[in-house]
Amino acid sequence: MLELVNLTLEQGDFRLEADFSLPEGTSAALIGPSGAGKSTLLAGIAGFLPPRRGRVQWRGEDLTRLAPGKRPVAMLFQDGNLFPHLDVSRNVALGISPRGRLSAQDQARVAQALERVGLAGYGARTPAELSGGQQSRAALARILVQDRPLMLLDEPFAALGPALRAEMLRLVAELRAETGATLLMVTHDPRDAERIAEQIVLVAEGRAAPPAPMRALLDDPPPALRAYLGGEGDFD
Amino acid sequence: MAERAGPIGRAAGCAGGLAVLALLVLPLAVIFLQAGEGRLPGPAEYAALRFTLWQAVLSALLSVLAALPVARALARRRFPGRRLFVTLTGAPFLLPVAVAVLGLLAVFGARGWVNDLLGALGLGSIRIYGLHGVVLAHVFFNMPLATRMLLQGWRAIPAERFRLAATLDLPPVQVFRLLELPMLRQVVPGALAAIFAICLSSFSVALILGGGPRATTLELAIYQAFLFDFDLGRAALLALMQSGIVVLAALVSLRLARMDGSGTGLGREMLRWDAPGGWRRGLDAAWLLLAGLFLTLPLLALVLDGIGGLADLPARIWPAIGNSLGVSLGCALSTVALSLALSAPMARWSEGLGLLPLALSPLVLGTGYFLILNPVIAPGRLALPVTLVVNTLMALPFCLRLIAPAWARAEADHGRLASSLGLTGFARLRWLLLPRMRGAIGFGAGIAAALSMGDLGVIALFGSPERETLPLLMYRLLGAYRTDAASGAALVLLVLSFTVFWIFDRLGGRDA
Repeated sequence: MLELVNLTLEQGDFRLEADFSLPEGTSAALIGPSGAGKSTLLAGIAGFLPPRRGRVQWRGEDLTRLAPGKRPVAMLFQDGNLFPHLDVSRNVALGISPRGRLSAQDQARVAQALERVGLAGYGARTPAELSGGQQSRAALARILVQDRPLMLLDEPFAALGPALRAEMLRLVAELRAETGATLLMVTHDPRDAERIAEQIVLVAEGRAAPPAPMRALLDDPPPALRAYLGGEGDFD
Repeated sequence: MAERAGPIGRAAGCAGGLAVLALLVLPLAVIFLQAGEGRLPGPAEYAALRFTLWQAVLSALLSVLAALPVARALARRRFPGRRLFVTLTGAPFLLPVAVAVLGLLAVFGARGWVNDLLGALGLGSIRIYGLHGVVLAHVFFNMPLATRMLLQGWRAIPAERFRLAATLDLPPVQVFRLLELPMLRQVVPGALAAIFAICLSSFSVALILGGGPRATTLELAIYQAFLFDFDLGRAALLALMQSGIVVLAALVSLRLARMDGSGTGLGREMLRWDAPGGWRRGLDAAWLLLAGLFLTLPLLALVLDGIGGLADLPARIWPAIGNSLGVSLGCALSTVALSLALSAPMARWSEGLGLLPLALSPLVLGTGYFLILNPVIAPGRLALPVTLVVNTLMALPFCLRLIAPAWARAEADHGRLASSLGLTGFARLRWLLLPRMRGAIGFGAGIAAALSMGDLGVIALFGSPERETLPLLMYRLLGAYRTDAASGAALVLLVLSFTVFWIFDRLGGRDA
């Protein structure tokens, strides 16, 4: 269970409050207008933004004082998910151990992960030699070997086309099913949310609402969500 | 969002900062103690202050102005020999000052090439002594440095943006306004401030080309107070004035050099589609040719004179070469280590500490160490270690100004990812920082190695016949009127300085 207990995050004048919990194994989409604080919330959970008040708990353990790398979290950012100066294998391997020493077993895991995301044989390339979709796959391979129970996606596929994005989300859904990870992802597109998430966390007006089941929320959106969705409210 | 430095980084910064402070404050304190009662500056001191400021302003402005078109041409043109040209722009700054002034005299001096040419054409002769000689030499030394700094600025503009400009078919004026001007606003003030500070503290140039009441810098006046009169009170007063203006320059420079977090290019090879053709192409070529001649002719003159002198070199050249190499490599190592320590906290205070050596001249420091050591041990026996320490301090500001921004940029661009992967301490250094800072470290180490290789400040105060470096040997040969042998030694020194710089710069990255 991920618990945000009276969490208040502040960045300059901006302020976001969250007080809810998310059962383990759930996948939730963060939806809301631009600038509402979706990325801020993920940054708070990942440990990049120390909270003003409150705490972040995972399985009852307080994470608030832990450094980002010590949290049970694997995260993909909007961009810059790979080190440009390291090849793909090394980028993925850093998900296993930051120390850099790789056993034969670790190397096999890296190769396996690359194969799983469809990048078998790409290990020696640098990120600049990959297409956008391939870069996303490489980052997902690292998420796979990181094997953290909490996955945070901050719109990592926003720059990809709809078909490619759908493909990546399908891959994320598969990986999540295989690992049983809990997923929180930011999205602008309710269709993307529907593809992968069971719950919606509405972030608007300085507050992240408790997760609500996707269907129910989309069928009968509250005013803030209705305003955000505009004409796209009707799904079948 | 940029990461803050961890406790290890702050500890490293504190240790490095304390070392720098101790090495600077102790000699200064001893000098002030020995100097006794202070006095107020008189007309001679004010004249030296005015001349110091005026020549530094002129030198900085002219250096950057001349560097602008050259750096732009280098950034947007691809031609055979371009890499060699960029490597050559590192040359004058790395040249031992006395050696380079010999080269400038061979070209611009009374019996130099330019005056020969003017005489053959029936025109009057030019004189290179006084203000314009000092400024000419400073521009010779610093225009290439400005070119390199600006070129790094151009290279820091992500290739993607130039690609975008090419896609939009932006005219050159728009490319300048939208891409280059914002970069220049960030880089030019830093370059001006750095060169201004360098010229404030330059002393060998004024010693050879200046002098007299109308062209004496504060540095030269300090040297004269020590060596001619041994008047420590006047030297302390001048040192105080010198430190005051350089501290101000350093503060201004810190304020001016700002870093932004934008621009994470994926390190794609820089290609320029927007380089305009026509007359602009010709103008670029002309700038490159002029700059190339200005920088290479003095070197050529030196080499021609030096080859003839090689046969006259005494056997002492070998131990001198060994000593110079030892000091040079040791200085490169210690300067980079100290720069990394001071970059680690990613804070203004540690960068400020690293700039403090600019406020003291090698001679002031050397005299301080001399006074500290004299009661304990014959200072001459520690000539090489003291030279290494002083040269490390002198090279630190330049090295730090390369490494600290590279460190901050690596953190701004990739720190979040590194943190999310738990890369801390040594692992962060190995996988994120060192690879991203390789170019800056290589360049910085090269500068430290070459600067210390050619230094003739401290070693002249400390050196004994059995402990001499290459520059000291050259200086002594000159003093003994063995001009040919001195030219030979100068050539050896020139080749060695270039070689150590080239090796380090090369280790740092292939694109010069």
